Amino acid sequence: MDAEITLRVDGQRRTLSVDTRTTLLDALRERMGVTSPKKGCDHGQCGACTVLLDGRRATSCLTFAVANDDSEVVTAEGLAEDERPHPVQQAFLDNDGFQCGYCTPGQICSAVGMLDEVKAGWPSHVTEDLDEPPELDDEEIRERMSGNLCRCGAYANIVSAIREAAE
Amino acid sequence: MTDVSNSGKLGEPLERLDGPAKVTGTARYAFEQPVDDPLYLHPLQADIARGRVVRIDTSPAEALSGVHTVLTHENAESLSSRVDVELAVLQSPEIGYRGQVIGAVVADTQEIAAHAAGLVEVTYERHPHDTVFRSDDEIVYTPDGSNPMIGEDLDRGDVDEALAAAEYAVDATYTTPAEYNNPMEPHATIAVWESAELTLYDSNQGSYTVRDMIAPTLGMDPQRVHVFAPHVGGGFGSKGVPHAHVMLAALAARKLEGRPVKCALSRRQMFSLVGYRPPTRQRVRLGADSAGRLTATEHSALEQTARVKEYAEQSASAARNMYVSANRRITNELAVLDVPVPTWMRAPGEAGGMYALETAMDEMALTCGVDPVEFRVRNEPERAPESGLPFSSRNLVSCLRQGAEMFGWNDRDPEPGVRRENGWLSGTGVAAATFPSFSIPGSKATIGYEPGGYYRVEIGAVDLGTGSRTALSQIAAEALEVPVEAVRLHLGSTEQPRASIAGGSSGTASWGSTIVQAAREFRAEHGAEPAEGAETTAEAAANPAAGEYAMNAYGAQFAEVAVNADSGEIRVPRMLGVFAAGRIVNARTARSQFLGGMTMGLSMALHEHGVLDGRFGHVVNHDLAGYHVAGNADVGSVEVSWLDEHDPHVNPMGIKGIGEIGIVGVAAAIGNAARHATGIRVRELPLTPEKFLI
Repeated sequence: MDAEITLRVDGQRRTLSVDTRTTLLDALRERMGVTSPKKGCDHGQCGACTVLLDGRRATSCLTFAVANDDSEVVTAEGLAEDERPHPVQQAFLDNDGFQCGYCTPGQICSAVGMLDEVKAGWPSHVTEDLDEPPELDDEEIRERMSGNLCRCGAYANIVSAIREAAE
Repeated sequence: MTDVSNSGKLGEPLERLDGPAKVTGTARYAFEQPVDDPLYLHPLQADIARGRVVRIDTSPAEALSGVHTVLTHENAESLSSRVDVELAVLQSPEIGYRGQVIGAVVADTQEIAAHAAGLVEVTYERHPHDTVFRSDDEIVYTPDGSNPMIGEDLDRGDVDEALAAAEYAVDATYTTPAEYNNPMEPHATIAVWESAELTLYDSNQGSYTVRDMIAPTLGMDPQRVHVFAPHVGGGFGSKGVPHAHVMLAALAARKLEGRPVKCALSRRQMFSLVGYRPPTRQRVRLGADSAGRLTATEHSALEQTARVKEYAEQSASAARNMYVSANRRITNELAVLDVPVPTWMRAPGEAGGMYALETAMDEMALTCGVDPVEFRVRNEPERAPESGLPFSSRNLVSCLRQGAEMFGWNDRDPEPGVRRENGWLSGTGVAAATFPSFSIPGSKATIGYEPGGYYRVEIGAVDLGTGSRTALSQIAAEALEVPVEAVRLHLGSTEQPRASIAGGSSGTASWGSTIVQAAREFRAEHGAEPAEGAETTAEAAANPAAGEYAMNAYGAQFAEVAVNADSGEIRVPRMLGVFAAGRIVNARTARSQFLGGMTMGLSMALHEHGVLDGRFGHVVNHDLAGYHVAGNADVGSVEVSWLDEHDPHVNPMGIKGIGEIGIVGVAAAIGNAARHATGIRVRELPLTPEKFLI
């Protein structure tokens, strides 16, 4: 069964007809040619497909496209403005926070979403004082970024990049 | 902020040239190459571990709208070569392991293909299978040699006599489990068949390797097979040779000529179709004299292999040359089972073998009452023990000494189990690392001078994320004596001159030597101010020093661990690796290579364990939820350092490979630190909590 949906992807309004079994990730990658979000596991276990969905980080392989009619999707490609990298992207470049690059767009969307969550005062598993705004130390960054696997093992550089971008 | 230098001088931390494309996600990997009107292929896999397909009913699948074909052994074309059983897909109904490819659905969309795959009905004739790794005589044999061309077992002196006479002795058995490469980009290929030419957009570690293996299997002139791997999302060995899915896509594309066929394996399919590090069981016996000098070394390794195709991991090979020992016995055996085919995984042989040897070295140091750093220093050989050749350079002692200084090792209290704070026991450990400095001859590079004043450098190499695109540009710039901005490097396909595989940490050395040679010949032919259009293609000469020196990189791994006294949870707050790996081409990307290897080593030490169910022959935890690889919160401080090493013999640049040595020794350093923390010696990877609750 197909359904017509409209998405705003990286600022562009796109209307398309999708198989109702199609995930948001596959709609982006295979139907719309938006390949910045990556497919690493298709089970929400690796985070490579992370995008900002209506402003919040989400694994786009775990949601059907048809369930996201009228949604706003921002990928790592859309974070860069006028060819200028987003501060988080610049920090990943400066700290070599990646090697193969396949988890990277997801890491970056996840970091951008995560920094907003911290700004909004959301606690994490390692936040000790739930009454105070969380302080973004390395332990908080590591915990909050653990939904994004990196097999090249760039975590130490990813933490440095995010710490730098947060400053 | 890290300093960014764009002078391109060798050693400087030039920013990754593909960095901007990677942080935006605009770097296109194999499955993302734009093709018109593609079809999608979904592999069908055997549900039994051994037997044969007696009936495969594809009609319900073929009846589904949008399905173009269902390939099976009944309708697949007969292949020209069946030498490689992984590539000789669908040639018979026989099943040699669970997960083996028995067919493929090709449809208009991924959703339809996956749906149709579930409609195919397979009837099997089941044969008894054997999938449990063990040392029983009936499944154990000695291979003719082991990866990558290591010869027969070694037996020098009289190990048994030396052990009997030794002042101190250690006899211990270590086990490592099946570990899965799991690059973040799943193995994927797009096959396009047009006018009797096959084009593959493929995720691999060498486009020429793929062409060389696929062309004869299909009975094709290799010139008619074009392979492109512009960006590769990691491989760690599993993309070293093409696997079954590449053949499936090629066969489907040939059958359905006109439409490209896309195939990306799922994470689960990867656990049976693209290889893994085989489980090992290793016995190490060491003897030492009263001065703490080794007199006997025995390393007997047993690894798993597949009945359908032999892979002989070389777990015991590092012990051939690591330390002094007048008496030495090295044996390697395989246990053959009805299991998926193992393959290379980052530092095959050394990663598992040095876990055993370096844990045994720690045990022996404690037995002798000598500090583990000092014990290794005392057993440093002057020449390579097996061949008697001098080392081209060997700076293990300096790595150990410098690491000990940086890590604060020298103030260490050797007493185990006494540092306890808030319920956590802490300790520190050390291990040595080594990896051979391989160079593969036969690569070619072309250099041309282009309008606009830049140098076009072409070589069919590949960048898996290692940074070779950037490092080779720096090497070309230095060899041509121009700024790196004046170099435009093209790699990643068979459209460029032939290049060797990205494997065995040989890439930068092999391809870099080729580029240096091409630059020299270009300058000799065209001078310092070449005319536009000037072009030279060259092949690097074989290294004249090969066979005259033993060539290896070395390193020292230090780890601090904390083990929870109540739960057994083990954490690694701090690691330090100090390496002696020749000249470093790019300080930024090299650091990431070492860091990545060490992080994967931590993952190997603490988490990774493919659990095979002997009743059914499948890996139970076959995804990234069940098979845990280190996540961000698992990793603490990781410090990387290296010596300024000048090796005049390895190659014209003086560089050694660095992609693998970072993982070597890490698991031993962590295990040794856990012993120091708790007093408990665990000899079985991974170091999971229950092993510390005794």
